[in-house]
Amino acid sequence: MAGEGDIKLLGMVVSPFVVRVRMALHRKGVSYEYVEQDLFNKSELLLRSNPVNKKVPVLIHGGKPICESLVIVQYADEVWSGKGASIFPADPHERAVARFWAAYVDDKLFPAYIGIMKAATEEARAEKAKEALVVLANLEEAFAQCSKGKPFFAGDSVGYLDLAVGCNLFWLEAIRKMFGVTFFDVGKTPLLAAWAERFAGTEMAREVVPDADTAVVFAKKLQARFGSNTSAK
Amino acid sequence: MAGGDDLKLLGAWASPFVTRVKLALNFKGLSFEDVEEDLSNKSELLLSSNPVHKKVPVLVHNGKPICESVIIVQYIDEAFAGIGPALLPSDPYERAIARFWAAYVDDKLVAPWVQSLRAKTEEEKSEGLKQTFAAVETLEGALRECSKGEGYFGGETVGLVDISLGSLLSWLNATEVISGTKIFDPVKTPLLAAWMERFSKLDAAKAALPEVDRVVEFAKKRQAQAAAAAAASETK
Repeated sequence: MAGEGDIKLLGMVVSPFVVRVRMALHRKGVSYEYVEQDLFNKSELLLRSNPVNKKVPVLIHGGKPICESLVIVQYADEVWSGKGASIFPADPHERAVARFWAAYVDDKLFPAYIGIMKAATEEARAEKAKEALVVLANLEEAFAQCSKGKPFFAGDSVGYLDLAVGCNLFWLEAIRKMFGVTFFDVGKTPLLAAWAERFAGTEMAREVVPDADTAVVFAKKLQARFGSNTSAK
Repeated sequence: MAGGDDLKLLGAWASPFVTRVKLALNFKGLSFEDVEEDLSNKSELLLSSNPVHKKVPVLVHNGKPICESVIIVQYIDEAFAGIGPALLPSDPYERAIARFWAAYVDDKLVAPWVQSLRAKTEEEKSEGLKQTFAAVETLEGALRECSKGEGYFGGETVGLVDISLGSLLSWLNATEVISGTKIFDPVKTPLLAAWMERFSKLDAAKAALPEVDRVVEFAKKRQAQAAAAAAASETK
C-alpha cells in the first residue's frame, strides 16, 4: 500500500490518547515505528510535527503529521480502509452517535479522573469521583443503546467508541489502586463492567495497553514533581 | 432535496453553534424546519433528543437526533453525500487537517473568547482575550496553508473549517460594535479579514447568520443581566 512503510507514532507510554491510536493501528494491522517522547523535554521532531499544540500522539505518515487522537483514528480508518478491520460503522447516524460519545468521553471522563489524581483535598477528590461516576452511568446507557445486546459498543467486535472509552481503562484501574475509587460497580453499571473486562481481554488490549502499575508510578512521579497535599496509598 | 427527508433543526437564533448547522444545510442546498427553542423552557422534543446535554443545536433527521454542531455538520456531509458540494475534501490527509482546525476553532478560539465575554474580573477578561488573539494569529497561518492561494479554508469552495469559523461572524461583528475591538484585524490578520468579508457575502451565509444589530442588543442585555446579578449578590 502506498506509503505504508513510512509510519511513525510519537507517543508517551501512559498517555491514554496514545494508547487509543496504538489500538487503532493494531485494528488496521499497520506496522509503525514508535518513538517515546519525554514530555518534560520535548524533541525537535515533536515540536516541528505538532507546533500548534505540542502534544502527543502525533502520527507521521509519509513525512506528514496528523495530530489529535480522534482525528488520527479517523484518518487511519480512511487511509487504510482496505486493510484490517473497519473502525467506524458505515451508517452516517451510527457514526454520529459514536462521535458524540467519543467527544463526551474526552470532555467529561478524562478531566474527571485526572481531577481525582490532581485533587489537593479529600473534598475535591470526592467531587471529581462523583463526576466520573455520573459519566460512567451515562456510558452505561450509551452501551445499552449502541451495542444492542452485542459484546462491544460497536457490536460483534471493537470499534471507534470502544477505543475511545477503552484507552482510559488502565488509568481508571490505576486510580482505583491509588485512591480506592470503584468505577465499575456491577450493581450500578453491569453492562459497562462486563464490557471493561471483555475489552481488557482482547488481543489488541493485551498487546497495546500498559499495566495499570505503570500509570501509578507515573502519577506518583507527577505528584512528587508538582507537589500534592494528599498522598496516594 | 432528497425525497422523503424530514429535517428539523432545534435551535436558538443567537447561538453560533446553531448558525453553524444552518450554514451546512444551506451550503448543501437542503431545506429544513427551523424550530426556535425557548432555552428557559426547553421543549419535550429537545429534552428527549439530547438528554445528555439538553443543548441546541439538535438536528432531527427522519425522527433520529444528532447532537453537537461539528458532529452534525459531518453527519450532513455524509448522509447527503450525493447532494450539493462536499463539505470535507476527499483526501484522508486533508480531511484530517480540516478536522484538526475545526476542533481548534472551538477549543482555542471560542472557549477563551466566551470566557472573556462572561468574565467577572478585568484579569479574567484580558486573559481570555489574550488567548483569543493568539488563536486568531494561528488561524491566519492555518488559512494561508489550507487555502493554497484560494479563498477559503476548504480551498476553492467552503468547507468544514469555513463553516466552523464562519458561524461566529455575527458575534465577531457584534463584539466590534460593543467594544471597538476588531477580532480579525485587517493589518495583523489580512487573510482572515478578507476571508470574513468574502464569506459574509455568500447567499448561504447571509441566510444563516443572525443580524448583527440583533446580536448586539442580545449581548448588551445579557451583560446587563450579569452585572445586575453580580451587584445583587454583592448586596446580600
